[in-house]
Amino acid sequence: MSAPVRFVGDLAHLPTHAFGPRSITWWGILGFMVVEGMVFALAIAAYFFIMDKEQSWPPIPISPPDLRAGTLFTVLILLTELPNRVIKNAAERYDISTVRFGLVLMSIITLPLLVLRGFEFASLGVYWTDNAYGSVIWMLLFLHATHLLTDYGDTLVLTVLMFTVHGKESNRFVDVSENSLYWRFVWLSWLPIYVLLYWIPRWLP
Amino acid sequence: MSDVARDGEALQGAELEARLHRTWSRAPGLWGWLTTVDHKDIGRRYIYTAMTLLILGGALAAAMRLQLATPESGLISAARYNQIFTMHGTTMMFLFAVPVMEAVAIYIIPLMVGTRNIAFPRLNAFSYWTYLFGALLLWVAFALNVGPDAGWFMYVPLSGPEFTPGKRTDIWAQMITFTEVAAIAVAVELIVTILKFRAPGMTIARMPLYVWSILVTSIMVVLSLPAVALASGMLLADRLIGTQFYNPFEHGDALLWQHLFWFFAHPEVYIIFLPAMGFVSQIVETFTQRPVFAYAALVLATVAIGLLSFGVWVHHMFATGLPRLGYDFYTAASMAVAVPSAIQIFCWIATMWLGRPRFAVPLLYVVAFIVTFVIGGLTGVMVASVPLDLQLHDSYFVVAHLHYVLIGGGVFPLLGALTYWFPKLTGRLLSEGLGKAAFWCVFLGFNAAFFPMHITGMLGMPRRVYTYPTGMGWDALNMMSSLMTGVIVIGGILFVTNVVLALRRPPDAGPNPWNAPGLEWAADSPPAPYNFEHIPVVSSHTPLWEEGPLNVMTGLRVDDREQVVTTAIEAQPDIRYPSPEPTLWPLLSAVALAALFIGSIFTPWAVVIGAVPLAVGFTVWFWPKNAPDGEPVIE
Ligand code: HEM
Ligand SMILES: [Cu+2]
Repeated sequence: MSAPVRFVGDLAHLPTHAFGPRSITWWGILGFMVVEGMVFALAIAAYFFIMDKEQSWPPIPISPPDLRAGTLFTVLILLTELPNRVIKNAAERYDISTVRFGLVLMSIITLPLLVLRGFEFASLGVYWTDNAYGSVIWMLLFLHATHLLTDYGDTLVLTVLMFTVHGKESNRFVDVSENSLYWRFVWLSWLPIYVLLYWIPRWLP
Repeated sequence: MSDVARDGEALQGAELEARLHRTWSRAPGLWGWLTTVDHKDIGRRYIYTAMTLLILGGALAAAMRLQLATPESGLISAARYNQIFTMHGTTMMFLFAVPVMEAVAIYIIPLMVGTRNIAFPRLNAFSYWTYLFGALLLWVAFALNVGPDAGWFMYVPLSGPEFTPGKRTDIWAQMITFTEVAAIAVAVELIVTILKFRAPGMTIARMPLYVWSILVTSIMVVLSLPAVALASGMLLADRLIGTQFYNPFEHGDALLWQHLFWFFAHPEVYIIFLPAMGFVSQIVETFTQRPVFAYAALVLATVAIGLLSFGVWVHHMFATGLPRLGYDFYTAASMAVAVPSAIQIFCWIATMWLGRPRFAVPLLYVVAFIVTFVIGGLTGVMVASVPLDLQLHDSYFVVAHLHYVLIGGGVFPLLGALTYWFPKLTGRLLSEGLGKAAFWCVFLGFNAAFFPMHITGMLGMPRRVYTYPTGMGWDALNMMSSLMTGVIVIGGILFVTNVVLALRRPPDAGPNPWNAPGLEWAADSPPAPYNFEHIPVVSSHTPLWEEGPLNVMTGLRVDDREQVVTTAIEAQPDIRYPSPEPTLWPLLSAVALAALFIGSIFTPWAVVIGAVPLAVGFTVWFWPKNAPDGEPVIE
């Protein structure tokens, strides 16, 4: 580029990070959430498509999944939003000790969620091979479980990272804040699936 | 902070270039080739790979036409023919058309919006490797005679476990997963690049039309590709672990496949076609030397096509039996797409009318596109009406229609765009003479080969047949189609020859050989690794046609890869963003992913075991490498 140019401004004073929609990380996470949200939406559409062909839901003689594990899971995952919010706010204040403590806490309380998810699979009362109803509810639960696992992996890595020297870089606080955003997606996307798995079969004749 | 080196009055010219080179160049040799995260390196190799697949898919097409040249020909067996048309359709749609459109955008968009690299450059590298492994999976399988053979849309129950045992369909389904992961990743990168890395002053209303078309296309990719990934995942599950999604005997439903597939595949046509519209707008602007007529109308038409294309997938399923009202709705919606398309064509013709068109090769391809696309559009409106569709469905009429749309609406503008941007890609201009010869062969050969297929179809020849009896009145038409395919092939050879000869000349094109208006022409040909020495500032959608020298901003670091992030609508400078360094981990992660996907064709445990190396790969990829260096650290 050897053509003549005219200097009309300087960028040196700009910050090197910001939170929320100003940050590139936020947009990346948003992109993931839209893609995965689309997968969930289409899987849910498949659920209704298959339901539409059935005389009863769940098909006779299957009974709806046992409520206990799934409901406990739902209550617990909703409660995780409290520490999650604390972490997000602390990250945006660069409060590293609260961030560290919060991440450790999150890493611990996700464990019972994973165990409960195991019990949920066990309480579906049908195998994926039995019929299309079984296939679709296994798929929904499995899809959500993969999100739970990947976010758990993320959180573990981030927790370790925040205890290293890199933890003090400002862009790492952005990462923590956006990881909290993703966790919101994980529990929000669970709510419709909870209704589909546990309640629609109870409400329908 | 003030002792950091930045461009500005005190640091410009040769000294600045040398320092930026040190910061942004890739490592020398093979290592640099494997680790690069430069959007130009990745974009170029994406383009070369996709064009190679076009040639491979074209070779299969030639084989089919050879077989169909005469009735009752014994050249290719029925089983082999099934594989060949499946491979042709699959390669063209999944490995050529969508990837090549994204590939050009990977190369051009960061230059066009005036930034130094694409957003998430490592993801970009990862995407390329993933795409490559998907292509290799399919073609190695074909070479080993386990290529898929149930058609490019893989309808169940034919593709299900009862009717297609063996691994052919599983390979197809995993190839889908590879390419969809790659394509979605690129779409996210492009959206973020367009929304957050635009040059200061390039407000949303000043984006070049190609940028608009890529923005809309990428959003469509993000919304529609998950459908085919999910559908093929369910197909794999039916085949490998015994789920019953598509099995009617266990209350599954074959139509579920068709809905999910066409929810993706109809928008896919526009995912191919909208970037092509973007090419056309840029080419028309440059070769008439005036801003395109009715910019706002073109933008609205692009957005409208994007929206409408999600409402019409069911028109591929008229033959499956739907509620009455459904027929009417989908017919009306399908025909509605013709309106914004017509507006666009009108605007381009008006631009040519008002400007001084110079019919160089890129503009010739645009004219060819307009002619061909209008014919393809008309036959499209024909098959959008239910009574006609029920007659013509699965005949050669549809083969003619789909190639008019895909080749006329996709390949012609693509060849024009590659000719147009060739100097930006390589620093050399293609020869006009050879270019014109190739153009006429491709254009005339195409029409002479495919127009007759409309008639063959109306005379009743079904598609996907490996041969046909003599005396049906189809012989001469088929011979014509086959002979003229030879002319297309000659055109292709001329095009490639032109490229090879140009690459053997020294680069001499200069930054802006066509006097084009876009920012990409402010960079060198080919651009330096950092694209621009100073960040350009723009005040219209044709910045290089403004009076006076190019306005720029200074102040980015030169000893670190820095890009400027701007606000999404107004493009106000907002943040200095540290752009990721080259690394091998995207490649290693893609290898791990490939092992997982390919392994899962054979055992579901591959998903569990394969997750471990994949997680390791991603972790190291995202782990910060350098010690914190001067920029804000929290105390
Ligand atoms: C040299 C140019 C080409 C020729 C001569 C050609 C020829 C053919 C022929 C003869 C068929 C019909 C196979 C059958 O029904 O038995 C076919 C199918 C098809 N072609 Fe092409 N083709 C060409 C380029 C392309 C391109 C560039 C694309 C896409 C961008 C494409 C996409 C398709 C698709 C999707 C099918 C349907 C495959 C299926 O039925 O599963 N073709 N082509
Ligand atoms: Cu369509």
